[in-house]
Amino acid sequence: MGDISVYVENLSKQYHISGPLKKYETLRDTLADACAAPFRRAVKLLRGQATGAAELDQTIWALKDVSLEIRQGEVVGIIGRNGAGKSTLLKILSRITEPTAGFAEIRGRVGSLLEVGTGFHQELTGRENIYLNGAILGMTRREIKHKFDEIVTFAEVEKFIDTPVKHYSSGMYLRLAFAVAAHLEPEILLVDEVLAVGDATFQKKCLNKMEDVGQQGRTVLFVSHTMPAVTRLCERTILLDEGHVLQDGPSYQVVSTYLTSGLGTTAAREWPDLAKAPGNHIVRLCAVRVRTEDGLVTETVDIRRPVGIEIEYEVLESGYALWPHFTLHNEEGIRVLVSFDLDPTWRGRPRPAGHYVSTGWIPGNFLSEAMMIIGTGVRTEEPKILHFYERDTVAFQVVDSLDGDSARGDYGGRMGGIVRPLLRWGTQFSSNGREADTMVTETANANQGGTA
Amino acid sequence: MQEHIERRQTVASGLPLIESGMPVIRIEPSKGWISLKLRELWEYRELLYFLTWRDVKVRYKQTVLGAAWAVIQPFFTMVVFSLFFGRLAKVPSDGIPYPIFSYTALVPWTFFANGLNQAVYGMVSHANLIKKVYFPRLAIPISKVLAGVIDFFLAFAVLLAMMLAYGIVPTVNVVWLPLFLLLALVTSLGVGLWLSAMNVQFRDVGYTVPFITQFWLFATPIAYPSSLLSEPWRTLYGINPMAGVVEGFRWALLGTNTAPGPIIVLSSVMALVLLVSGAFYFRRMERTFADVV
Repeated sequence: MGDISVYVENLSKQYHISGPLKKYETLRDTLADACAAPFRRAVKLLRGQATGAAELDQTIWALKDVSLEIRQGEVVGIIGRNGAGKSTLLKILSRITEPTAGFAEIRGRVGSLLEVGTGFHQELTGRENIYLNGAILGMTRREIKHKFDEIVTFAEVEKFIDTPVKHYSSGMYLRLAFAVAAHLEPEILLVDEVLAVGDATFQKKCLNKMEDVGQQGRTVLFVSHTMPAVTRLCERTILLDEGHVLQDGPSYQVVSTYLTSGLGTTAAREWPDLAKAPGNHIVRLCAVRVRTEDGLVTETVDIRRPVGIEIEYEVLESGYALWPHFTLHNEEGIRVLVSFDLDPTWRGRPRPAGHYVSTGWIPGNFLSEAMMIIGTGVRTEEPKILHFYERDTVAFQVVDSLDGDSARGDYGGRMGGIVRPLLRWGTQFSSNGREADTMVTETANANQGGTA
Repeated sequence: MQEHIERRQTVASGLPLIESGMPVIRIEPSKGWISLKLRELWEYRELLYFLTWRDVKVRYKQTVLGAAWAVIQPFFTMVVFSLFFGRLAKVPSDGIPYPIFSYTALVPWTFFANGLNQAVYGMVSHANLIKKVYFPRLAIPISKVLAGVIDFFLAFAVLLAMMLAYGIVPTVNVVWLPLFLLLALVTSLGVGLWLSAMNVQFRDVGYTVPFITQFWLFATPIAYPSSLLSEPWRTLYGINPMAGVVEGFRWALLGTNTAPGPIIVLSSVMALVLLVSGAFYFRRMERTFADVV
């Protein structure tokens, strides 16, 4: 292992957020404050104290006393739920924002794939944007010139290099943007999974490039929600939670902690304090659970059995027709399905205030073997209100016990796919030997083989 | 604190951080008024060049008249001024034909006002860049003001053509002209730094810019000569750095017999004060740009 390339000690970052609105007793107080506020802010502004437009009087620690050492050549994953401080850490290390306390030392040039396409200008040609974007990312003109052809080839935009990028397809645009960022060749590469936009091939290209970078002895920090990518690319993973380092060690260990502890996502989540639960004054979420047919809350679901997603919520204000719904994403972030509550009793009917439990059943022999992550929401269509939508509420693992009566049959290898229905197969047999049409198919296949 | 220092030393001695020659960047909270980091800005000069170049390149894209806009703005203001102030109000013009008199002042004025405007809005329009990449933020307002130099030259070419038409030959003092352009640039950037840093926090500041430039236009001897004032008030006019710029331009190009020496000295001092204070203020506010923009 090489020398230390990133050293972080007690790094903390505090953000100011707006607290609950002050309650005024009288109109006079309200008016007095409304008149005084602009002066108060103007004085703060002139004294160089940043406040922002809102009165931000509450604070949260996005990162608190984080200490790390990362050696040169290590590829380190950073995982944690939303708001755990992953992105803040990368932002501080790439010097976009300053820490509130503590320090970090970084050896070498830092490049980040958080900014794919930043600074691209629609009116400029691909060629011009390569130079501009390269300069923004910290490349010298000579470096860009040197790598220009390589970048263009990687992005596969040779023919359009002198066309303004506003005429590019979104795929071309992304490829070009990524190509520039990928050729920065920094000593330390910071990757936020935000880059996981674009199609699957593009994502694969990104991941492959990251693997290359790691193998060249560069240091990589990879923030991701995609656990298979983390375990594949990183030997070591750091689990952050509420701004703290919760675990730091071999990826497989940390990832399994994350997935099994309540930190990641579990089969049941409850919001005991209604005031802090997702929602608004009309409806609030109480709990989400994954249930089997027998009513058990479960994290693992037999691929052949149906699974129920139970949404428990409190309607606080009567008179709205509600659409409870959930989404299913697999661990690669691909949306598997969205489903709305279609119970005819309540469909399109305004609901009185009260406690509700809606359960949607996903049939057996339908989902693929994977981690399924559920987002839960309630909306109203008329008027259009999204009362809440909470990402990553619960999750479950679909497993196949290999008994031979699932869609796997007797196959034991990797199957992939988003869904795995048990299809009805029929095979017709005739003993007359080869017929003309089968001959045609075979020659067609042979031709394809020849050209490939 | 003691412990802190000791731990730092173990890091420094335990690990050969400098050995491989790679730069070590230390990231820590900055306190109070911080240095301008001009050396870093110099290291990023290519970025400054590319940002300026981009602004020049895209400014008139997707417009019909294109770069003609650089001329239209001061030229038509001159036409209006000539009609109302020159013809109707009979404002004196130091013995120079009024159109030339006002246009000579409007060319650097337009450069100043547009530069200021671009610099102030530039920070917010580059929010995406600021939130995602590190670079010296000073590069944005500087590039915005620099990009206006091209527009200045276009408008200036028209000024030369007008002088030819009126048969006015520039004086030898024209060699000082670049200095006056620099003075306009410094003023524009100085005010631009103050206002752009504020605008990141409160967008109200952006709304005041049209007012500021409008008032400033009439507080500067553009439509009228500064010779309307008696000394020492005339020299004190130099507190407005643009007064020095305008007087300088007229003196160097048109040979108005008003030696502007004291005005220009005062204006230059004011402009420098604006620039230096603006740069420090900007740097102080800079650390929160990414969080609030």
